[in-house]
Amino acid sequence: MSFLFKGARVLDPTSGTDAVLDVLVNGDRIEQVGANIASKGAEVIDVAGAVLSPGFVDMHVHLREPGREDEETVATGTAGAALGGFTAVCAMPNTDPVCDSAAVAEMVAAQGRLFGLAHVVPAGSLTKGLEGKFLSPIGEMVHSSAAVRVFTDDGKGVQDARLLRRAMEYIKGFDAICAEHCEDASLAEGGQMNEGEISDLLGLKGIPSEAEEVALARDLALAKLTGVRFHALHISTAGCAELIRRAKAEGVRVTAEVTPHHLTLVDSELMTYDTNFKVNPPLRSAADVEALRVALADGTIDAIATDHAPHSPEEKESEFESAPPGMLGLETALGVCITGLVEPGVLTLLDLIRVMSTSPARILGLDRHGGPIVAGAPANLVVFDPAKRWTVDAFAMASPSHNSPWEGKPLRGKVLHTLFEGRLVVRDGSVLSSVHS
Amino acid sequence: MIKHLLSIDQLSVEDIELILHTADSFREVGTRKIKKVPTLRGRTICNLFFEPSTRTRLSFELAAKRLSADVINFTVDSKSSAVKGESFKDTALTIQAMGVDAIVIRHSSSGAPLRLSNWVESSVINGGDGAHEHPTQALLDLYSIRERFPSFEGLRIAVVGDIIHSRVARSNIKAMIKMGSQVVAVAPPTLLPSTIEGWGCEVAFQLDEVLPKVDVVYLLRVQKERQNEQLFPSTREYAAFWGLDRRRVEMLKSDALIMHPGPINRGVEIGSDMADLERSIITDQVTNGIAVRMSLLYLMLGGSERGPS
Repeated sequence: MSFLFKGARVLDPTSGTDAVLDVLVNGDRIEQVGANIASKGAEVIDVAGAVLSPGFVDMHVHLREPGREDEETVATGTAGAALGGFTAVCAMPNTDPVCDSAAVAEMVAAQGRLFGLAHVVPAGSLTKGLEGKFLSPIGEMVHSSAAVRVFTDDGKGVQDARLLRRAMEYIKGFDAICAEHCEDASLAEGGQMNEGEISDLLGLKGIPSEAEEVALARDLALAKLTGVRFHALHISTAGCAELIRRAKAEGVRVTAEVTPHHLTLVDSELMTYDTNFKVNPPLRSAADVEALRVALADGTIDAIATDHAPHSPEEKESEFESAPPGMLGLETALGVCITGLVEPGVLTLLDLIRVMSTSPARILGLDRHGGPIVAGAPANLVVFDPAKRWTVDAFAMASPSHNSPWEGKPLRGKVLHTLFEGRLVVRDGSVLSSVHS
Repeated sequence: MIKHLLSIDQLSVEDIELILHTADSFREVGTRKIKKVPTLRGRTICNLFFEPSTRTRLSFELAAKRLSADVINFTVDSKSSAVKGESFKDTALTIQAMGVDAIVIRHSSSGAPLRLSNWVESSVINGGDGAHEHPTQALLDLYSIRERFPSFEGLRIAVVGDIIHSRVARSNIKAMIKMGSQVVAVAPPTLLPSTIEGWGCEVAFQLDEVLPKVDVVYLLRVQKERQNEQLFPSTREYAAFWGLDRRRVEMLKSDALIMHPGPINRGVEIGSDMADLERSIITDQVTNGIAVRMSLLYLMLGGSERGPS
C-alpha cells in the first residue's frame, strides 16, 4: 500500500522541520517528503491543517498480559497505543508470571508482532519475581528475540542498595538500561496519596516526597559509581527534578521521564476520594507540578511516559485504601499534553513531539521510531489535529478497563491517523480491527 | 437539613444549633419511664459496620429504636468480605435493594461513607471512617460541653493525644472552632499531622504548659499499636508526659471539664481514678450521644411534619 498525505504541517524534532509539506509513504518506508508531490497511484489522504510527526513512543506502559487479561491484553493495549498515536511501547514486567525470563519477554513481544498495531518492547525485571533478592537472567533477555533493553522492578524500588549496585554493574556489561521506580518502602509504607495538607484533611496516610527523593538520591550515587545508563521512572516531585538536574550537570548517565498526570493534576483532586485519581507515585502539589513543567521544558526531564495502568472496575469500585493505584493514559496523553502544556505555553508542539517521540525512541535505542521524517526512513508516523475538541469517554476506549481520571473532561488535540511500519493502523480516529489477518 | 452527614464541614453554625436544641427534647424523652416516641415509625435504618464497634452501634441502634424506626444491623468483617470477593459497591447495592431509608456506616477506610453516598438512594450517616471524621461524636461532645457552659464563644479547649490517626479529633477540632472556641492540639510531634497549623488551632508539644489555661481537656484514646510503630517509646512514657494524672488535674481551673470519647485506657491517657471525678463528664457523653443521634435522625428523616411528643 502507498499513501500520500497532502498538506500536513510536518514537525520533525531531528531535523527541526516545521513546514507544510506532502509525505509519500510506500511499503514500510517514507518515499518522498516535499511540496506538491504527485500521487503516482498512492491513496491520497488530505490532512491539511493537521500535524504529521514521528509516531509517539511510550517508555512506560502496563499491558497486563500475561496474568490479568481481564484488565488489558497486548492486543487491547496496542490498540489503545495506536489510537493515542504511539508506534512503540515499552511493557513493564510486573505481569503474572513476571517478565523475568526470555520466555515471557518473547511471548509478550510475539503478541505485539501478531496483532501488528505497535511495536512492543518488553522491559525485564531486575530481580527474579520482583522480589528484590536475586538478579533476573538479564543477559538471556537482552539476547532473546524480544531484545530487552530496559530492566526494572517497576511497581516498587529495589530496597537493597548492594543488590542494586550489582544489578547496575551487570546491566552495564550488556549496555542495557537500569530503570527505577524510586521509592523508599519504609517511608512510603501504607501510603495512599501525597503527604500534605490534603492527606491530613482526608485522614489518608501520606507518601512524603522524601520517600521518592531519598531513593533517587541513592540511585544517582550508585549510577555515578557504576557508570550504568540509569533511567528514573515517573518522577513526581520538585526535589527529584532538582536531583536529576544536578546529576546531569555532574555528567552522570541519567535520563528521566514524567507522566501527563504528574504534569497536570494535583493532590486536591482526591477530595472526593475518587479512586481513579489514586496512583503511585501519587499526585503531588501545585509547586511540584510547576517544577516538573520547568524541568521538562529545560531538558532536565527527557521524556513524557504515560505509566498506563489499567485496573478492573471492581478493583477500583472499592474503599479508597483497598483500590490499587494506577490510571489509563495511552488514549488521552496527546490531548492532555496539548491542553495542559502546549496551550498554556509550557512547551511548543515541536518540544512536545520531541519528549513524546524522538527522545524516548533514542533512549530505548528504537532506531525505527522517533523520526527523522526523510525519504528512506521507516514509516512510523502519526497525524493529529492539535485543535480538535473532544470529550474523554473511558468506556469507549480500547481497554477493557475504564480507570481514567479525565473521564468526561474536554480536551483539545486528537489523533487522526497512525502509520505503523507503513500500515494505516488508525484511520480517522478508528483502529483497524484485522491488521494481523 | 442535609441528605447525608459525611463531615462536620457540611453543617453550618445554625444547623449545629438546631441539632443541639432539638436534642434537648430527646434528652428529656430519655428520662421518661417509656422512652419511646413514634416519630420514625415505618422507617428503616441500617447500621452497616465494617469495623468492630460496640458503643457507637449501640447508641445509633438505641436512638433509632426510641424513635420507633426499624433497625437492621449489617456487620461485615472487611477481611472476610474481601475473601468472598464482594466489592464495596456490590455490598452497597445489596443494602440499597433492601429499601432502607438511612445507612449508618462505620468503616476503617477513610472516605468510605462518601463513596457509599455516590451509589445509594438512602441517606448516609458517617459513623466514623478511618482517620477522617466522626461527626456525630463531635455533635454529642458539643452537646455535653453546652450543658456545662453557657456559650462556646471564648472557651479554650485542649485536644490531647493521637490526633494524626483520630477521626474524633478531626471532627471535634473543626466543630469546636466553628462554634467559636479556641482549640489547642497537644501531642508529641509524631502524633500530630504535619500541616495541622492550617486547621486554625494552636499546637503544643507539652501538656503541662497548657492545662492551667483551658476550660476543657479532651483526651483521645491511645492505641496500643502506635507504640509498635515507634510513635512514642512506651505507654509508660506517654502516660508520664501526656497522661492526665492527679498532679495535672490539680493544675486545671476549678470549673474545667475532662472529656474522652471512650473506651478509656485507665493509667495511660487518664489516671486510674481521674475518670470518676465530678468534673469528668465521660458518662454524660454516652447518655447525650443517644439524644443527639435521635435529634439528627429525626431532622434528617422525619421532616417537619411531626416533632417529638
